[in-house]
Amino acid sequence: MSASHRFAAVVSASALALTVSACSGAGDTTAPGADAGPPRTGGTLTFALAIDPTCVDPQQYGLNASLNVGRQVVDSLTDQDPATGEIRPWLAESWEVNPQATEFTFHLRPGVTFSDGSPVDAAAVKANFDGVVALGAKAQVASTYLIGYEGSTVVDPTTVRVAFRAPSAQFLQATSTVSLGLLSTATLAKSPDERCQGALVGSGPFVLESYKQNQSVEITKRAGYNWGSSLWGKQGEAYLDKVVYQVIPESGVRAGALESGQVDAISDIQPQDEGRFENGAYTVLTRPNPGLVFSIQPNLARPGLDDESVRQAIQKVVDRPELTQTVLSPKYKAATSVLAAVTPGAVDLTSALAYDPAAAERVLDAAGWRPGSDGIRAKDGHKLSFDVVFAPAFNASQSVLELVQQQAKKSGIELRLRKVTASEAVTVVNGGDYDFLFGNLTRSDPDVLRVSFSTKGANRSHLPVGTPLDNALDQQAQLGDQTARFAQVAEAQRQLVDHGYVIPLFELAQVHGLSAKVHGVILDASSRVNFHDTWVKG
Amino acid sequence: MARYLLRRLLQAVFVLWAAFTLSYLVLFALPSDPVSVKLGGIDSTATPEQIAAVRDKYGVGDPMLVQYGKALRNALRGDFGHSIQTGADVRGTIGDALPETLKLTALALLFTLVLGIGIAVAATYARRNALRQLLLSIPALGISMPGFWVGLLLIHVVSFQWQALPALGNQGFDSLILPAITMALPASAFVAQILAKSMTTVLASPYIDTARAKGVGRARIHFHHALRNASLPALTIFGMLAANLLTEAVVVETVFSRAGLGRVTAFAVESQDIPVVQAVVVLSALVFVLVSLVTDLLYPLLDPRVAVAPARRAG
Repeated sequence: MSASHRFAAVVSASALALTVSACSGAGDTTAPGADAGPPRTGGTLTFALAIDPTCVDPQQYGLNASLNVGRQVVDSLTDQDPATGEIRPWLAESWEVNPQATEFTFHLRPGVTFSDGSPVDAAAVKANFDGVVALGAKAQVASTYLIGYEGSTVVDPTTVRVAFRAPSAQFLQATSTVSLGLLSTATLAKSPDERCQGALVGSGPFVLESYKQNQSVEITKRAGYNWGSSLWGKQGEAYLDKVVYQVIPESGVRAGALESGQVDAISDIQPQDEGRFENGAYTVLTRPNPGLVFSIQPNLARPGLDDESVRQAIQKVVDRPELTQTVLSPKYKAATSVLAAVTPGAVDLTSALAYDPAAAERVLDAAGWRPGSDGIRAKDGHKLSFDVVFAPAFNASQSVLELVQQQAKKSGIELRLRKVTASEAVTVVNGGDYDFLFGNLTRSDPDVLRVSFSTKGANRSHLPVGTPLDNALDQQAQLGDQTARFAQVAEAQRQLVDHGYVIPLFELAQVHGLSAKVHGVILDASSRVNFHDTWVKG
Repeated sequence: MARYLLRRLLQAVFVLWAAFTLSYLVLFALPSDPVSVKLGGIDSTATPEQIAAVRDKYGVGDPMLVQYGKALRNALRGDFGHSIQTGADVRGTIGDALPETLKLTALALLFTLVLGIGIAVAATYARRNALRQLLLSIPALGISMPGFWVGLLLIHVVSFQWQALPALGNQGFDSLILPAITMALPASAFVAQILAKSMTTVLASPYIDTARAKGVGRARIHFHHALRNASLPALTIFGMLAANLLTEAVVVETVFSRAGLGRVTAFAVESQDIPVVQAVVVLSALVFVLVSLVTDLLYPLLDPRVAVAPARRAG
């Protein structure tokens, strides 16, 4: 749930990832509906969630289930094109960023109101950003987007200027996320707990009607909505009258509920259930999560892992395509970098991540790591035997890691899987007691690299200070010019892969199942569902 | 009898206090704390002051004894505070979830009784040995089937294929039937096994022979004499089963996507949500204490010898 640290909470990060994303590189971002006739207005969509949202306030919570609800209820200043990564108008018609990337001026669309009737004006925007900063750590994801926030100035009712103490190139993309979506000032005055439980008023195309814990969330169409994102297919109100989210934790039951028509759509189809929906009677809507792919992150403070040749060897002994082909499904892609390919600024490092056990063994031999009697390589009494801490938030985690374990063993490297609960993970991570951490972090901006690997952050990897990597991570955060910024982003990815600072494995994907009557579901740039353009037939 | 009741009441209070205190100690001994879990670790953006503020709000930064004292005092007033994870009032959370689980448990108990007694009586009443053996093997089968699997099977066949009953959520009486059957199957197998065994023993005892010699009918012997006397051991088991059903509810409510105390408990334990866990533990202890009290008070009704003993001692 913490966006600020990918491995900070193995559990929460994975939970975030679980809910966060889905849009295949091919751009399978909307459900096909060409042959379904003209869109129809009205009707109810029932959508099964895999986990209870726990807290429906998108500013506070980072769980996918919460954000897939929150996205319909709150609007954002901007939107991000899932295909190009470009930032596009939504509540802000236009904006200017100063060359230092410290000041962002937004020009708001006039006449927009929250569903309680209050205006979405410059004062409301300022109140929201101030509010997120005041929430502090309680705003798990949103607060990380406002690091270095100096304050907002109301220039006039439709113009607001947001200032940062240090350059913050990531902020513009952050304004497109549901985490920085706008809530009415009356909502901001409520207690964080009340907001979590459903006292939530936004300006979105749907209005939150009820949230029953562990059971359901109901949202209804906002009459008179006329300020949709410039990226949506339909202008004006949503097609659907109502969306009912139902919490169905058991994956087989979720799949069966869709097959038997008890629900119209389901989230989080497990790889083993995908086959049931590939017969044309359903649409499987999928998109990889942008951001950090699922990886194992070495702790350089541990003996063995402080040797770069060992990390480079491990990079080479992982057969990534085998992971997705055998234990996952074609919906999941082998990692081609530290960043998922759909992330703006991602570069293709496939050759550096190629499976090459022979080369790995040469590197280890040269560094003096020789196989012992048990087949495990050792040097000076130290064995190449490492634990991998993971929390079972993503269902297939264990099988993926078991395969990695087998692959590594062939070259004399032992990986011991250490499964922990969400609460244990926090302790283990904070205590520094791990060799490798397994996790991912979803975000559609490459700044996610700095959050995870800058030595100025929590530095879970114990990376050395002042390396070219550190420099690249700092630079990209400060460059307003995208070309210059992405050059630094590319450099950071190469440094991370070449030095084995992280071992990327596979890209998480959001996989949703829709019945034949559901059309026009959008997966946004962060791979969250958006139901504005969605309609149901019959 | 009054002294007996008073003693039982004091025992009950002690059990409740011990449950509260033990769960508190256990949660405290765990290496992490719920605020860290909620905030996803002490990350780069949550400053120590911010974390301290959140910890203060939930009082998890205080020394253990202070926290314990506060929690106990509030609990005595029935106030278990707010859930750290969901922010909801714990009383409200439990208040919403408990009725759903009680309904489910009540129906499951009813099914347990009907099935358990039915199988035991049929098995012991059967004249043909093959049939008797078949009936007697049902309980072992029932106990060995995991509830999770039975639930999924029922959902897929009865709900998804036949579309006969809803499989999901809390949608009235219909949606209670399948989860209640799921919980009742292993429980009734237990009851059937105990009851069949004690009926077999009773049916072999001398007073039954006497009754037979006097010409009492087979059915009357079976249902009136034997069943009544044989039900004591089963009743003891039944009290335990009632308390165990809460544990079972964790699995069944997840499989059937039902909101209830089981789901609340599972999530609270996973996230170390101390206020919620405390409330659930105290509530479960209360249920257990009440059920065993009721069971004990029912004993004399079934077997007058049980009542005579304490009454005599009381003078």
